[in-house]
Amino acid sequence: MTQIPQNTTGKKLGLVIDLDICVGCHACAVNCKEWNTSGHSAPLPDTDPFGENADGVWFNRVHTFECGEGADSRTVHFPRSCLHCEEPACVEVCPTGASYKRAEDGIVLVNEDICIGCKLCSWACPYGAREYDGDAGVMKKCTLCIDRIYNENLEEEERVPACVSTCPANARHFGDLGDPSSDVSRMVEDRGGYDLMPELHYQPVNKYLPPRPKSTGYEEDRPRHLKPIEPTSESEEAGGLFRWLDRVMSR
Amino acid sequence: MHPAYSVIIFTTFSGAGYGLLFLMGIFAAGQWIEPDRWFGFTGFFLAFTMVISGLLSSTLHLGHPERAWRALSQWKSSWLSREGVLAVAGFVPFGLFAFGWVIYESHDGAWRLFAMLTILFAAFTVYATSMIYATLRTIRAWFNRHTVRIYLAFAIWTGSVWFNLLAHLFDLHTPGIGMIVVITGVLALWLKRKYWIFLDTSPSWVSPENATGLGDLGPVRLLDAPNTQENYVQQEMGFKIARKHSIKLRRWAFFGYFLIPWLLAVGTVETEPWLKIPAAILAVGFVMAGTLLERWLFFAEAKHTVSLYYGAPDS
Repeated sequence: MTQIPQNTTGKKLGLVIDLDICVGCHACAVNCKEWNTSGHSAPLPDTDPFGENADGVWFNRVHTFECGEGADSRTVHFPRSCLHCEEPACVEVCPTGASYKRAEDGIVLVNEDICIGCKLCSWACPYGAREYDGDAGVMKKCTLCIDRIYNENLEEEERVPACVSTCPANARHFGDLGDPSSDVSRMVEDRGGYDLMPELHYQPVNKYLPPRPKSTGYEEDRPRHLKPIEPTSESEEAGGLFRWLDRVMSR
Repeated sequence: MHPAYSVIIFTTFSGAGYGLLFLMGIFAAGQWIEPDRWFGFTGFFLAFTMVISGLLSSTLHLGHPERAWRALSQWKSSWLSREGVLAVAGFVPFGLFAFGWVIYESHDGAWRLFAMLTILFAAFTVYATSMIYATLRTIRAWFNRHTVRIYLAFAIWTGSVWFNLLAHLFDLHTPGIGMIVVITGVLALWLKRKYWIFLDTSPSWVSPENATGLGDLGPVRLLDAPNTQENYVQQEMGFKIARKHSIKLRRWAFFGYFLIPWLLAVGTVETEPWLKIPAAILAVGFVMAGTLLERWLFFAEAKHTVSLYYGAPDS
């Protein structure tokens, strides 16, 4: 059923994305595509990949925004994927039950065998997480790498989503956001992790960590210019012979 | 939002078909019309043709039309599913109502009950259609109280223009029909004008600052999109219409959906058949064309929150 499951385990698997250290390299998007084109929702189509109208399904896309004005402005790289909301409107609007939220871990998935390709779920998602596969005639979306995170054929440290495993800056973190003692929950607590568009009440599970305040070099409590270092008495004594030579040669 | 022709045709024609069935049900249940066999046959034929062709058209945009029956399963949560269930179930009372009218030429007893059920099913099916749009929080132009009113008003207004044509074709002198044309036309006009004023004056819900959560850093604008060519999300949800065009199209839609058909239908009520029948046919043509344009604008003018991630300044 496309009703939202009520008796959940309290487990909310999701991602925490640190906008302070994301360098916008798109490696997460590429590795996501690489894994998922042969994973749970395989294949992810690419039409006209080297032509003028390249198109295709990607579960993860990296936007780059400019924030602020003039000297205070800064560039923020912003990876965007399914947020596995606690109130996923995409699931509620689905007329067939193809879209569903798992009771055991909160992951939002599409059953491609019964999806009719009406696209209404993509209209209901405010974040643009769902992309339609015109070749297969069904909707596709991020699976939180369900075929990695529970995959016992992989080494334990590899059982994380492909985007997390590949991030060279360690800007992406995976864990249980329903458990307040988990690493990801503590990270959200410490850094003031936030929801995207909370005013729309979809209660996303994924959280974003804000960029840290920018250092301008003109903070009140910091010196404007570094002062020359005064020679100390110790350095006078320690370097007696060389100091004398220095004086002689400096004449 | 990308104006999908199959959905525009579906909502316009099924709306008119349900509107016509609704009015036939009202007049039959109230015993305000003689159960004339050929009047009934023509009316049901037109209404069923519009409803069925509309429903078939709506399956054209599906990726898997052969799985469309699955859409009847999630009526507990999905308005699209509810609409499907109502659309299918409605054919039972519609069919029995038509059977009594056309075969037995009767509106009495049980046939009258089916007329009443026809009224309910026609109204609730259009209501369910409108709720598909009115419950999408992502689209400010749809998530408001105007959407349902407009879908209901346009269904009964377009249905009444068809009903007016039928009345003239079968030379029925029922003053009620003329009154309904006058009232429902003005109602559709008034509600649509209120909607457009709302759309132009209500504030945008969310901004790129809300969408990214980066508002504390100052104004947020897109520097680099994730992709160089438009992706599915941009094609489907990022459709834009220039404001100057939308003003012009709103004016054309006003002439088409209201002014011309209203004047044609109202102005020729008490004239000779050689004048009022062609006028009623023209009125039907204009009201359908105007409503198709109105529905096209309903999509084209709607902005989706996802466009904020792709450089739109508001939503």
